[in-house]
Amino acid sequence: MNLLPDLRIVLDELTERFGARIEHAHAPQPNELYLHTKLELVGALCSAFYKKYQGRLAGVFAEDARAERDVFFVYYLYALDAAHGFVFVRVPVPSDNPELPSLTNAIHAVNWQEREIQDLFGIKLLGHPNPRRCVLHDDWPEVYPLRKDFDLHTKLPPFTGARHRFREVEGEGVFQVPVGPVHAGIIEPGHFLFSVAGEPVLYLQLRMFYVHKGIEKLFESLPIPHCVRLAESISGDSSFAHATAFCHAIERVAEVEAPPRARALRTLCLELERLYNHVADIGAICTDVAFVTAHMHAMRLKEAVLRVNELLTGNRLLRGMPCLGGVRFDFEDDQMRAAAKLVDDFEKEFKDLVELIRSHSGTRDRLETTGVLKPEVTRNLGIVGIAGRASGFDHDLRRDFPHAFYDQVRFSVPIFTEGDVQRRMVVRREELFQSLGIIRQVLEKLPAGPIQTKIEEVPSDRVALGYVEGWRGEIFHWIHTAPGNRLARCKVKDPSLQNWPALSEAILGNIIPDFPVVNKSFNLSYSGTDR
Amino acid sequence: MFEVIGKSLKTGVVTTSYPLTPAEVSRHTRGKPEIDWANWKDARPAARVCPTGAIEFTDEERKRIATLDLGKCIFCGLCADADPAIHMSNQCELATRERAGLKLSAKYQLTSDGMHERLLENPAAGSAGGQSLEAVGQQLQARIRSMLGRSLHIRQVDAGSCNGCEVEIVALNSPIYDIERFGIHFVASPRHADMLLVTGPVTLNMELALRKTYEAMPAPRLVVAVGACGCSGGIFGLNYATVGGVDSVVPVDVYIPGCPPNPHALLHGILLAVNRWRGT
Ligand code: SF4
Repeated sequence: MNLLPDLRIVLDELTERFGARIEHAHAPQPNELYLHTKLELVGALCSAFYKKYQGRLAGVFAEDARAERDVFFVYYLYALDAAHGFVFVRVPVPSDNPELPSLTNAIHAVNWQEREIQDLFGIKLLGHPNPRRCVLHDDWPEVYPLRKDFDLHTKLPPFTGARHRFREVEGEGVFQVPVGPVHAGIIEPGHFLFSVAGEPVLYLQLRMFYVHKGIEKLFESLPIPHCVRLAESISGDSSFAHATAFCHAIERVAEVEAPPRARALRTLCLELERLYNHVADIGAICTDVAFVTAHMHAMRLKEAVLRVNELLTGNRLLRGMPCLGGVRFDFEDDQMRAAAKLVDDFEKEFKDLVELIRSHSGTRDRLETTGVLKPEVTRNLGIVGIAGRASGFDHDLRRDFPHAFYDQVRFSVPIFTEGDVQRRMVVRREELFQSLGIIRQVLEKLPAGPIQTKIEEVPSDRVALGYVEGWRGEIFHWIHTAPGNRLARCKVKDPSLQNWPALSEAILGNIIPDFPVVNKSFNLSYSGTDR
Repeated sequence: MFEVIGKSLKTGVVTTSYPLTPAEVSRHTRGKPEIDWANWKDARPAARVCPTGAIEFTDEERKRIATLDLGKCIFCGLCADADPAIHMSNQCELATRERAGLKLSAKYQLTSDGMHERLLENPAAGSAGGQSLEAVGQQLQARIRSMLGRSLHIRQVDAGSCNGCEVEIVALNSPIYDIERFGIHFVASPRHADMLLVTGPVTLNMELALRKTYEAMPAPRLVVAVGACGCSGGIFGLNYATVGGVDSVVPVDVYIPGCPPNPHALLHGILLAVNRWRGT
């Protein structure tokens, strides 16, 4: 087993401690270790990873292996950031009367993900503090869409009954304010229920999954090359990052690597994606505190990036560019020059914009100490990405798990601890400057050579994790391949799924009129969450 | 304050004069796939690589009907990579008033091994892919003066999209596209709206909300379906969690293909819908 030295230590220590109760260990990649064990070891392993190895539970998901093994498998994905490795703990859940002891009381970060398993696989959670429906709304019939015997094209009967059962918040002078699912602006749908006493928000309940589109099930029905296009449509503003994470997973299964030039172009595109989204968010945050001029300038900058995206890849959202084994299009000289010019122009204009915002004292007043997410809460909820970095969680897959071309470029990761809207904006600002630096380095160092390694047919019954630090945070695609160039399972994790509960925490004690700007400072993807 | 004014003066006017001038897209832009129908040897390779089923065919007794459905197409260009008879044009203004207008079908006589022997029926020229650019341009120019005096209120509804369409719809409010120069405004309530601009695919969970939003609008109501998913369900199609395109829930006046449609394509579709609203 070819394993990173730090993971080797973890494996040796755990085998020594648990002996044969860890039934099998394998590592398809040096930074990806699988431990097969039994349900009763889940708690002990979890505390070992948290206490001893500075691990964090970055994901939990299931797959239906009843046909082959007569069980469901549940996977716990631990990210060991300091050791630069991932460890999966796989446990079987019996197919008759399937039940899973919940970890949510100990690790709040998995609250929604555990409920997702319950909804989609019909595996009953034991001891979950709030075992209500999550992905499937309350009025859905008893169906378990990710079970293999559930047909993708099932036409469900008309629903009856209550759509949502929210928790009651009672008390003198407490009012409930429902918002959504259709919102006032041009944004995605979701339902927010505020409980307020006077002005401050006491409690915010989120009802998401309005745009659940059966994506994970759909992955199981498509030939693998088509899945790349599906991955582009998980969250439109992260098209490139999602599709690249998916391709990365396939490449690991096929044991090929994208050529250096392709990896460089991937990094270039990932940074372009970061650029247009970050600048748009900075502008939108300014709008929400009534500084519309800044927003207009930000929109102009975003448009400049989208046009270069189109010039480089034929599509403003970089769609069509990702492919298995690399990227689809190489750039000619004029395209390279356009990218270089964008970086220069953008930098100059963006510096002006930063100055403009700085000169507008009212903006800072509104953003500082608004929507605070405390570092303790951040760790407990497993908050990642921009929101994590603004609240003291020092991590970035680009640095800790270098992918694409990130091991060949220099950049720093901005970290703050205040956790307010201002810091989430400043993280974006600093990351933008870093992105410009990364793009410059890529253009300077761009290796010559091919842009694609051909992958004809992907071997079956293999597993792999693909990962990318998207502009919002870490994106995971975990796949299990099936015969005939298909997938038995594709688990998609967008950082939004992890981060939504942060919004409920950050809004506490703030007033409803500040909700838009707090929400915008997270800017989570509904579609990425709901899939 | 002076900084703000100074910055604006320094920046100058950035708004495009589209549609009086052509869409500002690069030569690399992937728009409508153009099929050389007369010289198309075989629809099968393109259909095989097409991820959305936009290229499809049915065979019957040595005859084949091959279809390109722009309402499903995501303009990935994979068909053009696989088939020399197809190339990607940069035409992006493809909106039509009829869903059927997005479908181009040709009929072929087949050889014994399933190749196209002879083209029997050409797709009706210009039936799909919107009206020709010039025609639309002239029409718009002729009407634009009168339109500037009118106002249209749009309510946008995301009925299930991946948010890609929203990225572009938001750009209509940017100083570059500035949809307000046409007297068109995005509004917060369906009760103030003349037009629903809907992205899809419509999910099971959003079907009711979409229907209610539509019903809350005062008549006459216009509905514009946006993007491959809004037009047809797109790559998601119909499944346990989706009900398909926007027209499976509410009547649609104009379909705007694209994945996502760029702001020019959106403006083109919205303006096309306004014509109809004025009864022309
Ligand atoms: S460009 Fe359109 S028709 Fe061609 S393969 Fe892509 S989706 Fe299919």
